[in-house]
Amino acid sequence: MTVTPQAAPPPQAAPYPPQAPAHDSWPGLLRAEWTKIRSVRSTIWSLLAFVVVAVGFSALLATVLSNDWNSPSGGVGARVQLHTDPTSTIYGAGFSLGQLALCVLGVLVMTSEYTTGAIRSSLLAVPRRLPMLAAKGAVLAVLDLIASAVTVFAVFFVFTSIISSHISITLGTPGVLRGTIGGILYLTVIGLFAMAIGGLIRHTAGAVSTVIGIVFVAPILLQLIPGTIANHIYGYWPSVAGQLAGQTTEQPGNVLSPWEGLGVFCLWTVAALVACGAVLAHRDA
Amino acid sequence: MTGPPGLIEARELTKRFGDKIAVDHLTFTVAPGRVTGFLGPNGAGKSTTMRLICGLDRPSAGTATIGGLAYRELRRPLRTVGALLEAKAVHPGRSARNHLLVLAQTQGLPASRVDEVLDLVGLRDVAGKRTGGFSLGMGQRLGIAAAMLGDPRVLLLDEPGNGLDPEGIRWVRTFMRQLAAEGRTVFVSSHLMSEMSVLADHLVVIGRGRLIADCPTSEFLQRSSERSVLVRAPDTARLRELVTAGGGTVRDDDGPDRAGGNGAAPALVVTGMDAPRIGELAASERLVLHELTPRLPSLEEAFMELTAGSVEFGQASQQVGSAS
Ligand SMILES: Nc1ncnc2c1ncn2[C@@H]1O[C@H](COP(=O)(O)OP(=O)(O)O)[C@@H](O)[C@H]1O
Ligand SMILES: [Mg+2]
Repeated sequence: MTVTPQAAPPPQAAPYPPQAPAHDSWPGLLRAEWTKIRSVRSTIWSLLAFVVVAVGFSALLATVLSNDWNSPSGGVGARVQLHTDPTSTIYGAGFSLGQLALCVLGVLVMTSEYTTGAIRSSLLAVPRRLPMLAAKGAVLAVLDLIASAVTVFAVFFVFTSIISSHISITLGTPGVLRGTIGGILYLTVIGLFAMAIGGLIRHTAGAVSTVIGIVFVAPILLQLIPGTIANHIYGYWPSVAGQLAGQTTEQPGNVLSPWEGLGVFCLWTVAALVACGAVLAHRDA
Repeated sequence: MTGPPGLIEARELTKRFGDKIAVDHLTFTVAPGRVTGFLGPNGAGKSTTMRLICGLDRPSAGTATIGGLAYRELRRPLRTVGALLEAKAVHPGRSARNHLLVLAQTQGLPASRVDEVLDLVGLRDVAGKRTGGFSLGMGQRLGIAAAMLGDPRVLLLDEPGNGLDPEGIRWVRTFMRQLAAEGRTVFVSSHLMSEMSVLADHLVVIGRGRLIADCPTSEFLQRSSERSVLVRAPDTARLRELVTAGGGTVRDDDGPDRAGGNGAAPALVVTGMDAPRIGELAASERLVLHELTPRLPSLEEAFMELTAGSVEFGQASQQVGSAS
């Protein structure tokens, strides 16, 4: 048996790296989060799904509308809405489903760390935790903003060119540019909202279901309930309020204007992120 | 406030999971310049203690510091502390290089450092492969690479031998000794005494979350050495009575020839009574003895003895009350 009672004291301490500066390096944290998000396949698949679904459904709707333009029965509502609120019509088709891909991406940014255990490595490197969350949110927001901007403009030009022989809608049409920018911002914020839910729930399936429940299911159920209270809950609901940002102009029946709607949605998202940060900072990893 | 660089200090460290106390008022220090083994049976609380030191879990009470600072107070902590934890800590879809690159970027370390540690652990050839396909041993090497990334002066390694082949285990041992010789703090856990006996200079031993011993490995070995005697006799029942009446403690020998094969008489292990006294007692009662051997217990035995009361599921039930 080899038992060494006591190691000889080291002759000289090895040269250690110089004392690091007493603050987190934000460029470093941002770079690290960017490396994380770009180095897993789910990111590119989510973004691809987002583009394909959004552009595909929009092109489909535009084609159907264009073909049936003069038929008295088909698509009357959509034709009317193209005059009153063109941006909601154009973006509604592709993005109501396409946003799900951004939600999945947002959820995965958090839950994949927990389900794989990578969170332990991450928190060993950034033990104060909140800077990691902030860097993650910033990187996701920029990525979503770029992806949404590209896709929203692509959808706009595809849709309007298919329908152009019947109705002319340009970015110069009053309210259209505002609705377009509003739509891009909504899509960016929904990604952060989903990320916060992911951080609160920590399981991918549970978090995605919760986001679907909040974004898609709850508004439908709320609409079924009559009365002004339910109507206000509906109007202030995160996804409902947020999607007002994509309207060309304020529509009758809204309880909020488009920008107010986006503001309310941002408040919801900030609240979710604060809750996520509190849980992240206090729970065991 | 800072303390001696590289010194790990746990003070009254306690962690509860619901009703269960995983770590129970642990107080110990781990000094630089030697390998300190963290020994305890499975479920003793070693991994939990490691997570508490690294700030991954919050203590229910007490503190853990490294160089006088809580882990959370360290800036760019990987430059001070390298940790290999028990549980997986890697995204399987990410390549080994990207995994390390992420960590390097958070610490302001150059990307070239990633290749250095990949070379160090021999993973350069598979650096671009997704880690999901790695064997247990490769995963362990990647963990060691991550721990070494910031050239830290303190290393925490939770069961580093897990999943490594014998050659890998030898490599890790040599490596840890070398790190300690360079003046670094090396704190390595294991539930295997055999591993610790060839590796650790000093031991922190726990059972059921409580401190059992904090002493040099050699001292740990000696603690109960005088009191263990192997006795072989045809009439073990009489012998057992006699020794017990005289204040000794008897258990069946659990060695390979306990049943007394090849016509040999069955063997007992006596503690709390030395060999001369056993011989005298036997002679006074005219009892035949075939063997009377004082034994230096293996580290494993010393460990089982000291932790007998704290083994979780009573694996050590063969140990019959070797009190104190
Ligand atoms: N997250 C947890 N939740 C509940 N119990 C836990 C948790 N982590 C560890 N434990 C319990 O704490 C005890 C100590 O576990 P652990 O630190 O893993 O021991 P060791 O590493 O020494 O085998 C065990 O009984 C284990 O079941
Ligand atoms: Mg363990």
